[in-house]
Amino acid sequence: MQPVHDVLLLLVVLTNFWVLGTTRLSATIRATAVQGALLAGLPLALYPGLSPHILGLAVGTFAVKAVLLPVLLSRAIREAAVRREIEPLIGFAPSMLLGALAVALAFSIAPRLPLPELRTHVLVPVALSTVVIGLLVLTTRSKALTQVVGYLILENGIYVFGLSQVERVPFLVEVGVLLDIFVGVFIMGIVVFHINREFDSLDSARLTELRD
Amino acid sequence: MSTFPVFPILTLLIVLGLAPALPGIANRTKSALTGRRGAPVMQLYADLAKLWRKGVVYSRTTTLVFRLAPVVLLSTTLLAACLLPLDGQAAILGFPGDLVAFAGLFGLGRFSLVVAAMDTGSSFEGMGASREVTVAAFAEPALFLCFTVLVLATGQLQLDGMFGLPLAAAWPLAAPSLVLAAVSLFIVTLAETCRVPVDDPLTHLELTMIHEVMVLDHSGPDLALILYAGGLKMALFGCLIVGVLAPRAHQSRAVALAELVLGLGLVAVAIGAVESAMARLRMNRVPQLLVAASALAGFALILLLR
Repeated sequence: MQPVHDVLLLLVVLTNFWVLGTTRLSATIRATAVQGALLAGLPLALYPGLSPHILGLAVGTFAVKAVLLPVLLSRAIREAAVRREIEPLIGFAPSMLLGALAVALAFSIAPRLPLPELRTHVLVPVALSTVVIGLLVLTTRSKALTQVVGYLILENGIYVFGLSQVERVPFLVEVGVLLDIFVGVFIMGIVVFHINREFDSLDSARLTELRD
Repeated sequence: MSTFPVFPILTLLIVLGLAPALPGIANRTKSALTGRRGAPVMQLYADLAKLWRKGVVYSRTTTLVFRLAPVVLLSTTLLAACLLPLDGQAAILGFPGDLVAFAGLFGLGRFSLVVAAMDTGSSFEGMGASREVTVAAFAEPALFLCFTVLVLATGQLQLDGMFGLPLAAAWPLAAPSLVLAAVSLFIVTLAETCRVPVDDPLTHLELTMIHEVMVLDHSGPDLALILYAGGLKMALFGCLIVGVLAPRAHQSRAVALAELVLGLGLVAVAIGAVESAMARLRMNRVPQLLVAASALAGFALILLLR
């Protein structure tokens, strides 16, 4: 049978497709919350035997990525009263095809990378494809809020990659990273709120109209 | 095949008999979930019997193409049924690469229906035909990607061999791919059988109908053939899904058959549940759903290739 961590990693990729394919902002936020929960389960599945380090990582990830950030983002869309992504730079179907292409490329490139011994050979391709899909969402969607989600997905990809090295990285560094993201999204939430107040819209293309 | 395929033919007859009940089950599920009683499960049998006794009206603008369409549709669907190992063990016909023929036969049936719709000269039917072809153009790549996944997982190019022992052997190694392929197949099924997120079988507003509008001019036994072929198509796609999810090559024929009937019922219930859970997608969102199905199947393929 498939080990649990492989299934979790596959589900992470599916949540990426979920974000790429949906128009509703609330659904993209739900997708990132689900992805956060999956990521919190990953260290537990990858490194069985509950060490305090792994447990702390899982709990911290769950608290920040599956609860705190989604709640923050949901509040932002409630205040800004935006519901949907209307006109992305690249349409939903083409962006999903690009996502599939990214996954294919990641799976073909990953075996050629010089990496230390890993627990599973799905980890690196999933990390790479998540980073690329995050970048895709970050660059092609026009609503500032979806761009925040894209940033989160990108960071989730880096987190997955970091999981391969968990035993060598001190706990403090990981907590610091989590805190950084939290502060980043917090600031973005405030920026989103201000963009909305100034322009009555979250369309980041409008920012080019900034003049004094 | 040297011996006369008794059991496959028996299974085919059972599936042929059960096919009209599937849309009934789907509609009944939908009614139950939305708090209504709904039409009886056997409604389509009654409809078919009624239509069969009626006369046929042909418009003066139509030609032979229009009269041939229902026959072509039903016969291609029947042929496709012969290619598929319905009980998960053996098919009536089979040759290497017959999965392309399977998809092609459905394509031919659809083509005949589309041409017949154009033949009536009605602008509404032309519009429906155009939409049907658009949906099909997006559904077919997904179907073929699913087939590719199955071919790679089993190493067989024949539907008959694919759903036999090789698939059961492939399950422990390729479970995620096969589950993804089954989900993708289910979305394709919704599109191919004209069910809710793609098309609404119950709507009767010409502007929004896809499949239904194409058959507006057919009447009597012709319409009965088309409706029956629709039910059979749902049964065949159900057989595909059940075949992927529950390989039954190692079981006795009776158990395999019972699993098939149960599985078909579950697929119909799932279709009904999807119909009551979500609204129909806007026309321009439909390709997106089918591209998502293709992406799922493509992902399944990548997992197999790695």
